[in-house]
Amino acid sequence: MTAIIIYLALIGSVIAWWLSRQGLMTKPWLETVPPGGLPATEPSPLPTAKIGLWVFIAVAGALLTLFASAYLMRMHMSGDWRSLPTPSMLWFNTLLLALSSLGLHRAQMAARIGWREGIGVGLVAAALSSLAFLAGQYLAWQQVVAEGFGLATNPSSSFFYLITAVHGLHLAGGMVALGRTGLRAWRGAALPQLRLSVELCATYWHFLLVAWLVLFGLLLHG
Amino acid sequence: MSIATGPANGIPAAEVEDVELYHPKSWITKYVFAQDAKVIGIQYALTATAIGLVALVLSWLMRLQLGFPGTFDFITPAEYYQFITMHGMIMVVYLLTALFLGGFGNYLIPLMIGARDMVFPYVNMLSYWIYLLAVLVLVASFFTPGGPTGAGWTLYPPQAILSGTPGGQDWGIILMLVSLMLFIIGFTMGGLNYVVTVLQARARGMTLMRMPLTIWGIFTATVMALLAFPALFVSALMMLLDRMLGTSFFMPALVEMGQRLQHEGGSPLLFQHLFWFFGHPEVYIVALPAFGIVSDLISVHARRNIFGYRMMVWAIVIIGALSFVVWAHHMYVSGMNPYFGFFFATTTLIIAVPTAIKVYNWLLTLWRGDIHLTVPMLFALAFIVTFVNGGLTGLFLGNVVVDVPLSDTMFVVAHFHMVMGVAPIFVIFGAIYHWYPKVTGRMLNEAMGRLHFWVSFLGAYLIFFPMHYLGLIGVPRRYHEIGETAFVPASAATLNAFISVTALIVGAAQIVFLFNLAWSLRRGRPAGDNPWNATTLEWQTPQTPPAHGNWGKELPVVYRWAYDYSVPGAPRDFIPQTEPHAGPAAGEPAR
Repeated sequence: MTAIIIYLALIGSVIAWWLSRQGLMTKPWLETVPPGGLPATEPSPLPTAKIGLWVFIAVAGALLTLFASAYLMRMHMSGDWRSLPTPSMLWFNTLLLALSSLGLHRAQMAARIGWREGIGVGLVAAALSSLAFLAGQYLAWQQVVAEGFGLATNPSSSFFYLITAVHGLHLAGGMVALGRTGLRAWRGAALPQLRLSVELCATYWHFLLVAWLVLFGLLLHG
Repeated sequence: MSIATGPANGIPAAEVEDVELYHPKSWITKYVFAQDAKVIGIQYALTATAIGLVALVLSWLMRLQLGFPGTFDFITPAEYYQFITMHGMIMVVYLLTALFLGGFGNYLIPLMIGARDMVFPYVNMLSYWIYLLAVLVLVASFFTPGGPTGAGWTLYPPQAILSGTPGGQDWGIILMLVSLMLFIIGFTMGGLNYVVTVLQARARGMTLMRMPLTIWGIFTATVMALLAFPALFVSALMMLLDRMLGTSFFMPALVEMGQRLQHEGGSPLLFQHLFWFFGHPEVYIVALPAFGIVSDLISVHARRNIFGYRMMVWAIVIIGALSFVVWAHHMYVSGMNPYFGFFFATTTLIIAVPTAIKVYNWLLTLWRGDIHLTVPMLFALAFIVTFVNGGLTGLFLGNVVVDVPLSDTMFVVAHFHMVMGVAPIFVIFGAIYHWYPKVTGRMLNEAMGRLHFWVSFLGAYLIFFPMHYLGLIGVPRRYHEIGETAFVPASAATLNAFISVTALIVGAAQIVFLFNLAWSLRRGRPAGDNPWNATTLEWQTPQTPPAHGNWGKELPVVYRWAYDYSVPGAPRDFIPQTEPHAGPAAGEPAR
């Protein structure tokens, strides 16, 4: 459970940092608002959707970290763990996912300066490389099967299929949002709205990339 | 921020936020596929109550068997296990969690922080429908061949998916796991809403330290649930793979009926770690909203500001954080390095400190208060007593050496029913009596309420106090029938029969409550906007019940904390949060 404890410690530090700025030491029963003065408020400058996404990323991160925790614990719990031959496809897939992350980064840059064509190119590049990544993951599965590792052959292969599937499903969910953003860009939505959608996609894809790098490292380690 | 000319005292009017609310066009979108958090809250509450009644009936059946063994032939050992399992799982997850967070969270968060609605109404609606689907999948397991799972609510492998356990090799366990996963997906959608709404949609002036403790409790519990439920998701998914596709995450090599199973090398302990990593925070996911709500009930009905508000907030946050590092105290008897046991016993006992602070603060709030013994107040007081009782036995069980002999006896059953069953349910009842006037515009009937309270309160004690004793003399839990043993005297059977009769009576008293809910909907005394003279925002809405969008044209502005009761020199014994301070001269009355 070390991995998840470290993860929660990180999340906990963010929460503690945030709470420390919320005036938890104030004495609300002594506060008075002078007439004519405005009551204290601190509206967050961040858009609501962005905060929602970050909360979701924290939850999805916890989920993936728990899989990692289970992986590491199961590895050492009984002596039956056999190292999985890492399918070479995974290296190529990592590159594809990095490309899609890069594509969205470019789209985000384009959205900032209001260059609609750039947004379109970035989104399409990200979508295509993401689809290629998913197809590549499927091919990697085929490679592992060909090596003689089925789902139930060894915990190492069980975890391999499970973790890649969970990560892939998160990417597939992101594809829905990406598709909607693409549709929005296609229809020529207002720039501020488009900019937000693109930024949200980019943030989520960066998260998926980081998550994949960690999970891939885990698979290499196993 | 622009300063507009405003009403009294030159304080600017609340800027009217130009929110895009989805306005329902038909009956279906208003009451069925609703996006209004208040309707969703009621939907959650009704669904949770309905499935909770199923669990109540299951507990009756269990008590019939325990009280009068051999009399009811239709309750076989397998069915007894199924009743235990479904009773526990429904009560903990589908009733308590759903009702506190989905029910009260949805109804109260936007109202109490001065928002128009949740920030993602569509996702909120999906959350309820996925929850309903989870409940339906759960109910479906009653009707499948082999019936629901009988693995105990902790679903420990390997027994949970072996043929010896009811539902283990049938549909029972599969539907259970699928239902849990659906519940978690649905909850995550709702939870995102609750957290982000509190972060982003608070009315002007509603600083975190002016929020009512109800919101603090629900908010913290939601954050915890968002981080803890994934552990249940992971364990459910991995067990599903073990059961359906023959993997060996949790399943060791086993011989069953002379047949060697294909599993090998899996670790049941791994499951226990993951399960309790969810399971212990779950206790506080239920308790923290209860703590928050009870603080507000006590403050309102004792007409006193909550004692030590800051301390209460810190205690909620500290309990939330600590509850993530105590999970292994559920595993003392599973085999553990003694140093780990020592660590987890220590963290467990440390949690008692912030919890005790909360209890002291409740008592000090009551001290010299103008206590109105209304039905909500009665339930709040009953909660404090019950929670302290349950907490004290928790100190017994938190110690490794005391836990080992008491583990798997009725003492544990009595402990967690007191602290996690009866106590939060009392808060739920109190909260319903308290907020029903806001939800419906009518008061619940007082006489029926008092009858309901006294039967439930006294009855709960008559049920669970003797159960501690049964546990101490060694009556094991989870036994269909203990038969003749050397150490359990025959009088234990008499006590069991007494407990069972009381349980039936207390269960029947809940019918009075349900009748009251239905009867008062039409016949109850009209409540007006603020029947309890409370300060918090939900009582200051322009309409009762509040309309879609909650606040009419102008959002409320918050000038003070939530607990200005019996302020010396004030014309009334409460000052709503929306009321500005009079002027610099009368600025701060000595308190």
